[in-house]
Amino acid sequence: MSNITNEGLILACSTIGAGLAMIAGIGPGVGQGYAAGQGAAAVGRNPGAKGDIMSTMLLGQAVAETTGLYGLVVALLLMYGNPMLAKFLKL
Amino acid sequence: MGYGMIPMLLAADKEVDFSIHHLLPYKFMGQTVYITTSHVCMFIVIAFIMVFAVIARKKIMHADEIPTGFQNVIEFAVETLQGFVNSSMGTHGKKFMNYVGTLFLFVLLSNISGLFGLRPPTADYGTTFSLALITFVMIQYNNVKYNKFGAVTDLFQPLWFLFPINLIGEIATPVSMSLRLFGNVMAGTVMMALYYGLLPIFAKVGIPAALHVYFDLFSGAIQAYVFAMLTMVFVTQKIEG
Repeated sequence: MSNITNEGLILACSTIGAGLAMIAGIGPGVGQGYAAGQGAAAVGRNPGAKGDIMSTMLLGQAVAETTGLYGLVVALLLMYGNPMLAKFLKL
Repeated sequence: MGYGMIPMLLAADKEVDFSIHHLLPYKFMGQTVYITTSHVCMFIVIAFIMVFAVIARKKIMHADEIPTGFQNVIEFAVETLQGFVNSSMGTHGKKFMNYVGTLFLFVLLSNISGLFGLRPPTADYGTTFSLALITFVMIQYNNVKYNKFGAVTDLFQPLWFLFPINLIGEIATPVSMSLRLFGNVMAGTVMMALYYGLLPIFAKVGIPAALHVYFDLFSGAIQAYVFAMLTMVFVTQKIEG
């Protein structure tokens, strides 16, 4: 264990953190699937309103997607922005 | 490796390349800043829109009674945009038609530009945040214009101690809008870069076409639609609320 440098440990932990941050993808997956299912049911009940249902569904799904994208941004920052390493090197 | 002040996503590997590149350094208020690939790609997109607009204007000035060819395309595009704005803003649509149309066209073409080998300008947080800030200013301007003093008192509804939460809710609008657009386009860019950078040569024939259709065309069009739609929804909410 003694031959792991401090920088190496920070990089490894940042990468693990990036992976963990992407667990956020579960929520939007469930939410978008539910919205799509309800949309399909609505079209089945009222095929005439397909256009309105589609646009409402897409808007709702895009808003539901936001939390997952926060996770993605955090993961990208941890992997390519290296905020923790910058903090460590400055101290 | 980029530390500290260096913008994010500059430190990618050589093979997997989805980062923003510095092209030309210049001094601005005592700091060295760069002309980046985002600027260049945005300029290409804007030039394309401008040339298209000039040609369209020339064509419409000498319009025929019965439209043919290119005139048909312009009229269809304008009518579609008008219907899109009017259906979600109702009677207020006319005033916002120009802004929303411009926004939609710019974001759409920016997102699609990944298809033509450019790095999409919307995969740069600076671009999307500026767009969202314009929307934010527009929302608050209309809030004050139509609700007068109610713009302030609304922050204390339904109970006065909810003021901090309401304030955060207002400020979160541009942040979430910009991050949504940025995250989507960035995800597409990263996926395409990973596909092109990491797989052997025989996997790069034919299959990327399907990926481009999804990540650039479909996802880009949806996000442009959502961005324009959310702008209209928020503004209408303030006007009628």
